[in-house]
Amino acid sequence: MGFFRRFLDRQGRHFDSGGRLERFQPLWEALDSFFYTSGKVTRGSVHLRDGLDLKRMMIIVVIALLPCVFWGMYNTGLQANLALDPGRGGDLIGWRYALIDWFGVGYDPGSVLANLVHGAVYFIPLYVVTMVVGGTWEVLFSIVRRHPINEGFFVTGLLFPLILPATTPLWQAAIGITWGVVIAKEVFGGTGMNFLNPALVARASLFYSYPIQITGDQVWTPLAADYWYDGYSGATPLAQLKQDALPSDSFGVSWWDSFLGLELGSLGETSAAACLIGLVILLYTRVASWRVMAGVTIGTVIMASLLNVIGSDTNPMFAVPFWWHFVLGSWAFATVFMVTDPVTSAWTERGKWIYGLMIGLLIVLVRVVNPAYPESVMLVILFMNVFAPLIDHYVVKANIRRRLRRSEG
Amino acid sequence: MLEHYLNLAIRAMFVENMALVFFLGICSFLAVSRKVETALGLGIAVVFVETLTVPLNNLLLNHLLAEGALGRLHPGFADVDLTFLSFIVFISTIAATVQIVEMVLDRHFPALHMSLGVFLPLIAVNCAILGGSLFMSERDYDFVESVVFGFGAGFGFLLAIVALAAIRERLTYSNPPAGLRGLGITFVSVGLMSIGFLMFSGIQL
Repeated sequence: MGFFRRFLDRQGRHFDSGGRLERFQPLWEALDSFFYTSGKVTRGSVHLRDGLDLKRMMIIVVIALLPCVFWGMYNTGLQANLALDPGRGGDLIGWRYALIDWFGVGYDPGSVLANLVHGAVYFIPLYVVTMVVGGTWEVLFSIVRRHPINEGFFVTGLLFPLILPATTPLWQAAIGITWGVVIAKEVFGGTGMNFLNPALVARASLFYSYPIQITGDQVWTPLAADYWYDGYSGATPLAQLKQDALPSDSFGVSWWDSFLGLELGSLGETSAAACLIGLVILLYTRVASWRVMAGVTIGTVIMASLLNVIGSDTNPMFAVPFWWHFVLGSWAFATVFMVTDPVTSAWTERGKWIYGLMIGLLIVLVRVVNPAYPESVMLVILFMNVFAPLIDHYVVKANIRRRLRRSEG
Repeated sequence: MLEHYLNLAIRAMFVENMALVFFLGICSFLAVSRKVETALGLGIAVVFVETLTVPLNNLLLNHLLAEGALGRLHPGFADVDLTFLSFIVFISTIAATVQIVEMVLDRHFPALHMSLGVFLPLIAVNCAILGGSLFMSERDYDFVESVVFGFGAGFGFLLAIVALAAIRERLTYSNPPAGLRGLGITFVSVGLMSIGFLMFSGIQL
């Protein structure tokens, strides 16, 4: 590897100030620090204590997301293969199916490989489009505005396809991530300076701009409705709960299925189990804040139990217990990966408790009492992102007041 | 019945937020949202005045201006319809109320008057306040509904302006492009905030 280091050093001078390629310094810096840790040594009294810089931190989040990615691909393919009318696999036309044929794996829901490939032909294109389009904006901004390219985008770029329905058209993914990266993040100055979660803003922009392609029963199964077997319903468990007269026992998903993620939903969000693996990684490496997650969990338990006690004759959602709320929809995914975003959550430790608690309370409340949205998680988190700075403001003020009192007394 | 009023309040606070959805009172919303403390002062003043003036205007509208309301005084006025005066009556009610409230507060609650400070006279011309009364007349709210609506609309404005002020305090650490500094980035922030407030749209209790 020595010659590669020497190559980087030799070519690096073109990118230093005064060099011919000075404009592209952020690109070069990103490449260099991707392969090697910085050789810079601080002189003076302030020292870097920890090897965990932003780059390593973001990569840990990406690794923690991998179980969700693979499970998402498997489950997406599985749901499509299960919905497929047996014997009609040969009729499917399109470049995705041409790819599956080229791999020769077929459409058997019993085969892990077939499911993985069927899911991958949906996830990988979405991911590639997101990374290419979003990455282009990211690089463009860092070159024009002369700030280093930030690895936060690796996380945003992976989160975004995971929270989309598999059937999202690729051009919509491009528009969404453009909106998320440029308007929600880069105009504020890049990573760490935004106040709303870019991936969620990207999804929300699609949610309100193209509601047909992101809600309803047709979008969750990546298979044209003509090919469904008779009697197949493409509704997610949460949507079924909104429609059915009876709670949990009336739809065809057991708690364990839902926990494992054998249900319909956005690409990567169905499995609480995969999120649990990510959670262990994030907690072990102390990348995510346990306070926020604990707050969300407690808030969910409180509000769900409260609504259980109140009850309702007309709304079956009132009776859904909290352990169902944990595994339905994107609760687990959002709690582990979205709410814990260190930039857009509250920054103070006590603020994190309040922030998490409010999100937990509101997720259940809006799920239950708002018939307009089957799933509330995205909007609740955006709503609390808006109030996170306010929470911090008052926590800081309370701290100041406490210390003043202490110094007086 | 309680559910009806709760629905109305939530709609007024979030779904039909004066500042974020109807863009009413935007001038003070943007001008007085640089610090949380002052934003809170303005917000409380708005809640206060809106809760007072919307029901007050409701009474005036139904018992003085509405068609036939004067018939009680004299049968000859039974077909007089004065609703064309509602704009001018509403705005003068608001101005008068604000003045009277200010004098009363100054005399009897000096501490509260100090904390509301300059904001009370300022919001006499805040369009969110007039907007509240106009929505009331347009939607034919009865007296209790207009109390609930007035409070909800004011409280929604309070929430929005305080949240915006905290965001703007945090944005002092941000680095927007030169052309967007100041009000530009604030407009972008307000637009993004309104997405969050859509959470309650369609809610039915």
